[in-house]
Amino acid sequence: MDHPIGKPVPRKEGRKKVTGQALYVDDLSFPDMLHGVTVRSPAARGKITNISFGGDIPWDEFIVVTAKDVPGANYVALILNDQPYLADGFVNHPEEPVVLLAHHDKYLLEEARRNVTIEIEEQPAIFSLADSLTKTQIIWGEDNVFKKFLVDKGNVDDAWANADLIVEGKYETGAQEQLYIENNGAIAIANATQGVTVWGSMQCPYYVHKALVKLFGLPEEKIRIIQTETGGGFGGKEEYPSLIAGHAALLAWKSGKPVKMIYDRAEDMVATTKRHPSRTHHKTAVTRDGKLLAMEIDFVIDGGAYCTLSPVVLSRGTIHAAGPYVCPNVRIHSKAVATNVPPHGAFRGFGAPQSIFALERHMDKVAQAVGLTPEEFRRRNFIHEGETTATSQMIRERVDMDRFLTRALKLSDYHAKRERFARENNASNGRFSKKRGIGFASFMHGAGFTGSGEVYLQSVVSAEATAEGKVRILAASTEIGQGTNTIFSQIASETLGLDFDSIEIVQPDTGLVPNSGPTVASRTSMVVGKLVESAVTGLKQTLAGSGFLADKYSATEFKKACADYIAKFGSLKTSSTYQPPPNVHWDDEKYQGDAYGAYAWAIYVAEVSFDELTYEARVEDFVALQEVGRVLNPVLAAGQIEGGVAQAIGFTLFENVVWKEGRMANNQMTNYIIPTPADIPPIRVYFEENPYAYGPGGAKGIGELPMDGAAPAILNAIENATGISFTRIPLMPEQLMDRMCKM
Amino acid sequence: MQINFKVNGEERSVEGFPMARLLDVLREQLHLTGTKEGCGEGECGACTVVINGQIVNSCLVPLAQANGTEITTIEGVAANGELHAVQQAFIDHGGAQCGICTPGMVLAAVDLLKRNPEPTENDIRNGLAGNLCRCTGYMKIFESVVRAYQK
Repeated sequence: MDHPIGKPVPRKEGRKKVTGQALYVDDLSFPDMLHGVTVRSPAARGKITNISFGGDIPWDEFIVVTAKDVPGANYVALILNDQPYLADGFVNHPEEPVVLLAHHDKYLLEEARRNVTIEIEEQPAIFSLADSLTKTQIIWGEDNVFKKFLVDKGNVDDAWANADLIVEGKYETGAQEQLYIENNGAIAIANATQGVTVWGSMQCPYYVHKALVKLFGLPEEKIRIIQTETGGGFGGKEEYPSLIAGHAALLAWKSGKPVKMIYDRAEDMVATTKRHPSRTHHKTAVTRDGKLLAMEIDFVIDGGAYCTLSPVVLSRGTIHAAGPYVCPNVRIHSKAVATNVPPHGAFRGFGAPQSIFALERHMDKVAQAVGLTPEEFRRRNFIHEGETTATSQMIRERVDMDRFLTRALKLSDYHAKRERFARENNASNGRFSKKRGIGFASFMHGAGFTGSGEVYLQSVVSAEATAEGKVRILAASTEIGQGTNTIFSQIASETLGLDFDSIEIVQPDTGLVPNSGPTVASRTSMVVGKLVESAVTGLKQTLAGSGFLADKYSATEFKKACADYIAKFGSLKTSSTYQPPPNVHWDDEKYQGDAYGAYAWAIYVAEVSFDELTYEARVEDFVALQEVGRVLNPVLAAGQIEGGVAQAIGFTLFENVVWKEGRMANNQMTNYIIPTPADIPPIRVYFEENPYAYGPGGAKGIGELPMDGAAPAILNAIENATGISFTRIPLMPEQLMDRMCKM
Repeated sequence: MQINFKVNGEERSVEGFPMARLLDVLREQLHLTGTKEGCGEGECGACTVVINGQIVNSCLVPLAQANGTEITTIEGVAANGELHAVQQAFIDHGGAQCGICTPGMVLAAVDLLKRNPEPTENDIRNGLAGNLCRCTGYMKIFESVVRAYQK
């Protein structure tokens, strides 16, 4: 296919996937392989007083690993290194790993797991944001606070006096399970001579690599991490695989045999990370004509028992908290705090869905208070090119939220429906009727790592040509369903003018590929894709520079040039290292400056029905309009948006994590409900294209954006249908009923 | 106990516990790893196979019950390397993303089209309601099914 960028090129590994040939970690096995399991803490917090191995179990056949067997440092190397691989004398959350077991027979292994008793002398634990903030108990550090940020623009304190109106609101979001359909899993081979090799389902092979270097105290070249086909991640396989990979490797190290560790669904749900619950206070000053004067935002997230990625999640949530609006005075205080629940972690959107939910509910509230429609109020405050965000980042690209809003409202028939629903909802006075409503949210999502993050990462991509004229892309960026293999092939193929099939993507393996950074933060297409583009450009330039290739060439000429070059020099490989776009400056101390190189912009419109008999709210139609730079592949891009919106609908109306003493009580697919094919409305996806100068082919990031806007749009629509302002998600029929019955 | 059945057209014989899950026997003894485990309790459909023309969740089928049956797994859908129209449509129209639900989803879609060659959107939604996908939001899966029967 000529010029594949912008075309619906079929998924590179599609055939393997539709025929069942794609190999996920649980599909692999090795000779003489053992199975491994984790024995976990029965209590939320306390001292481990005894571990006993009972029952009618042949314990001498088992490999048993505890904290004292750790050859290197007993922590998961990430940000603060406060999380142990295996609890050493003290546990800080339910289901914390304490003992590892391995055996050939996985049925006997399960029986053995049930016969390990961990005795805990319990200490008081805390399970809520409120208890953590009021320091009912100090369970982490000096004050339960993992991280705080302050964003301060203009002078908020002086602004209150000039306000015609001050509007306050409080908003909450719950935990959410990533629920990739493939559970976490890893297989390890580990011994002193060969070092440690792990195959696993993961987003970030180099995170696992970094963690295992510390865990084993081995040199970097002795640790090798290989990503197997990965059945979804959504953030849930960003940092967690470091744990399961380390556990499998500890068992392999002690046994001298390959060890496979695969969680079942119940264990995956109860023990691994979820989206951070949040609570946001808004206090907003506006003029009588609806101009924002000041925004004070207090944003808190529950990080769980260990720090993991909470500071970074908090950072993104903080920066997105004031949204796509221009306001002269903004102050955002934010905190990530500790509770005795399993650590919360990365999940698509990474803090932004939480703070954007609060903001976009609050914008409707402020609009109502000043007597403007939600639409008109936002139009008076949208940010434009040349204006500054909450972090004083000047927007240097053309952004026309006004026009996007007009188009999205037209596509969703918003005005006519608003008018019709108002009429029909009033007229329907039968006891059990359906009420309808429509609402929207406006938002943006920054692509790539925050602030100076990309500069610190120093990501590298290599490209290698073969004598047959094929080009192999070497990067640690993983295919987890989002389309990395396809997008990288499109970029390389377009840049080199070669056939799509002549590009090969090397499976991420830290023994073979450079560190192109983690597969997170909507950075793979935009940031790593740009490195693919420059690495393959390097191939072309090298061939041209050494006289083997003319400016214009055919595939045959390229192949011959590669063969000639390799015959003369042995190999042909080029690498490219991240360079920030010009004019990106970030101050980590003041939290001011260019938070992201580029933002995607969007308007999402939700139409809902509310059933007065069953108290069910249902999304009936959904319009997702966004500007993500240039669309590299319309099928993959729409697939990202549709999938993200469906997950966000789940976050809003279906997915309720029930907590009991810090433990997820509904850790099964039977009672933690994600949307099924019967539950999802038509999701209508529209792109505005505005090529980004520093993205490959003009692309910006896309993956997380669709997680941000659906929740507030849906609750805004429910308010339109029912007249009731709900401020907490998930909004389950039980809460709707509770509230309705009190009216 | 010994169990005899026909898997993807071939006579097979396995030795196993009567209550062993068919899912495990397919994956571990017959090395047909295209059938996936998602939840182990019949909710997600990743382990879908066809037994005597009926689609079932193989995680809920005890081996004993499979004796004498004819089973089709995802490995048996393409004939002699020729993809089924549903498989081709899933590739062309974005029906597969991470691919872990895909084997089950493809089998459910093939079964649906066998029973109902021109399903409405509602028929498709209901026909696939036992198969969960976390990546696609289902839109591209519905489209793939429609494109498959239009072919």
